[in-house]
This record gives sequence, structure tokens and C-alpha cells, in this order.
Amino acid sequence: MAPTDVKQQVEEIEPFEAAQEIEGDDVALIDTREPHEYQEAHLENGKLVPPGLLADEIGEAAPDKSARTILYCRSGNRSYKAAEQLQALGYEDVASMAGGILAWQEQGLPVVAASGMTPEQRDRYSRHTLLPEVGVDGQLKLLDAKVLLLGAGGLGAPTALYLAAAGIGTLGLVDDDVVDASNLQRQVIHNTERIGEPKTSSARVTIEALNPDVNVVEHNLRLDAGNILELIEPYDVIVDGADNFPTRYLLNDASVRLRKPVVSASILSFDGQISTFVPFEGPCYRCLYPTPPPAELAPSCSANGVLGVMAGTMGTLQANEVIKLVLGVGEPLIGRLLLYEALGTRFTELKVRRDPECPICGENVPEVPESEMGKFPDYEAFCAG
Amino acid sequence: MATVRIPPVLRQQTGGQPEVEAEGGNVGEVLRALTAAHPDTEAQLFGEDGDLNRYVNVYLNDEDVRVLDGLDTAVSDGDTVVILPAMAGG
Repeated sequence: MAPTDVKQQVEEIEPFEAAQEIEGDDVALIDTREPHEYQEAHLENGKLVPPGLLADEIGEAAPDKSARTILYCRSGNRSYKAAEQLQALGYEDVASMAGGILAWQEQGLPVVAASGMTPEQRDRYSRHTLLPEVGVDGQLKLLDAKVLLLGAGGLGAPTALYLAAAGIGTLGLVDDDVVDASNLQRQVIHNTERIGEPKTSSARVTIEALNPDVNVVEHNLRLDAGNILELIEPYDVIVDGADNFPTRYLLNDASVRLRKPVVSASILSFDGQISTFVPFEGPCYRCLYPTPPPAELAPSCSANGVLGVMAGTMGTLQANEVIKLVLGVGEPLIGRLLLYEALGTRFTELKVRRDPECPICGENVPEVPESEMGKFPDYEAFCAG
Repeated sequence: MATVRIPPVLRQQTGGQPEVEAEGGNVGEVLRALTAAHPDTEAQLFGEDGDLNRYVNVYLNDEDVRVLDGLDTAVSDGDTVVILPAMAGG
């Protein structure tokens, strides 16, 4: 009888042998690496049992101690040690795959890989992919998404920063302004050195330094009826952070025609508003505000002032809405207007209903023929009235 | 007594107050009580025909009075009337 303190040699098999064996039934295939390695690439039907959890979890992954049990790791060391442990636990027919998944892949054998993401991306977005609501699939959606920001100013700055950090694949920026010293109290995507530069190129520098995954598209122009359809057409979601009513109404009308969702916020002094307009699913901007207010009731931030942090609060709420729309999770602010009053630190939610009489998305609005798609009323005059 | 929430653009007309208490059995009466106490708000809220200006949204609690009974919407003690104009600041 062999002395019990002498370790039994672990059987090592080559990847091609393992490949043949695991085609049959009754073979347990155990991956003895860490979760992040497993997520990156693993063998089909390989069950993850990290080395530190072997004794606790092997019973569930491989309940039959008499069945053939093949272990693999990255290069063959950890699986060899794990195989020794399993033999000590009473497993009768254990083998370790020599050379691990590296040798397996070198021989051209197939693995299940987290498609579409590089190892750097898996690391960068790991706090996202850990969330069941996001996961690898959700992160890939974000990386595929195209989001257009109207305005690279107060609201646009924080929205762009967080969307860029989140890995939104394409960020379009519409702004024809240059960075001014008076912007820097709230427009945190710009900085002192870049005063006088176009806001779009200043924002690009910050975004690219934050996340090289993001493709920044600069639209250094002013939105008008002649360019809006072409501009918004390629994008999945539009973020309205415009500083004037003509642009807000024009964007609404064009986005309803092209059925683009718009996340719309505005800020003034200590107050902010935000809602999400998904054409025909909920109300549009005109259902909420049928006509713009006269000039004396619609002062601008440059005339009335705005607390800088308001841009951050409302801008990050906008980023959150965008991410929910892209992922298709949660409850976006469709049909709801959220008010934030910063002095009292108070949020108020109001209901917004679709207006059957809405001239843009109402029940009696005729189909817009292709030839009329790009024609909009004169917004400058409309809003000056 | 209802509470009327005053938007920032009208606070100059209410002496800076973000909220004003006002008496009234319906939304119209509450808003008239507000304009009586702060006459400078009248021109902003009401047109010459006595109707609410179209660019002013008014909510009773969280519901737009346009989908209720407009200015005739009944107001109970403790209700909040929110006056909300569009804002364009970005």
C-alpha cells in the first residue's frame, strides 16, 4: 500500500487531447483563474472556480467525484495545483491541461471571448460591467452610441465629461462660440489656457485626454433650419443644452420629424428643469411649452446670472437620462418634468401630457412630405414675438 | 390656503419670495389673490382678456391645469400651485 503522504502525480494532458475529451458527456471542465480573466476569454462550457474558492465551490461545479474532471488556467500552473487539491478532496479522475488557455489558443482552438472590448476597455469600464443593468452588453451599446450635444457650454460641459467617461462611442458637439473667461465658473470642460479657442475644439482636448475611446465630432456652427436635419440624423440621442428659445423649438420640431429622443434641460439662477422627449411615446417640448415666453420673462444666464454648480447638477442628470435611453434600462423622464431648486435643495416632479392639439406631434398633424422635411417656420421671428 | 411657487423670473415682483400663501377656492382665485397682493405679477400671468397667458404653465400639485379645469380647477387647503414659465438657459 502506497504511503498516503506521497502526493499522487497529476495527469497532464495537451490542449488537443482536452478538446477531444470535452466533446464527450460526463466531463467536468473547470477554469481555475480569477473572474476578470474568465470574462476576457474562456473555454466553452468551462465553469469558473477561482483558486481561492476551490474547496467551497467545486462541489457545485463538479458534483461527481468519480467523473472525469479537467482543469485549466492561464498557463497550466494554477490548474496543476488545483488538480492536486481535488485529488486530496477525493476526486478520482483529474487532469490538468498543460500550457493552459494560452497553449489552447496558440493551437487555434476556439474560446468564448468578451467580444468587442479590448483588455484596456474591460479594465476601464469594469465598474460599469459589474452592474447587472449594464454588463458587457450594455457597455458595448454605450461604445456604439452616437450622442449629439447642443451646446458645449454650461450644461454641455458636465454632460460631455460624464458621457465621455462612460464610453459613449461618438460625441457630437454643436457650438459656434469661443471660450470666454466668464464661462469658466461653470463650464468645467474648458480651462483658463484655452480662453479664446472654439468651445468645440477645447472640449475635444479634454474629452480625448479623459477617454481615447470617444470619437469627438466638432460642429463649429450655429444650428438653423437649413442644417438641422442633416446634423441630427446620424445621432441616436440629442442633448439639448441650448441657451435660446429659437434653437430649442427648432430642435424639437426637427427631432419629432426624425423621431430622435431629446434630453432637454435648462438652468437659470438657482433653478433647473429637465425632461426627456421621446417622439410619439411621450409629449414633445411644444406639448409642454406651446409658445415661448416674451423676452422679459425669458432672461438669459448672461443677463440674470446662474449658480455654476447648477450646470453640473442638471448636466449630470442629462447624462444619466442619455445612458438610460442607450441601455434601455430604468425609467427615463418621459412625460415628467423634474424641477430642481438649489436654494431650498428641493426636487419637484410635474406630469407632462401629450397635447392632442400639438402642432408638431398632435393627432391631427399631417405627414410631412419628404420635400417639406427641411422646411421650418422662421424661428427667430417666432421667438422674438 | 394654498401655496403658490413663484418662478425665479417673477420673484422680483413678489419681493424675492419663492413661495406665497394665497387664498382661493379654485386656481383662478388663488392666482388673483396673488396678483392682488403683488400687482406687478398680473401682467406676466394674465392677458388683457383675463385668461392665463399661453406661455405660463400652471400646475395644481403635479398636474397641468390645462388637463384639469383650467382656472376653474378646485383648490383644497394645503395644495400647491406651481407657476412655470419655460427657461432657455444652458
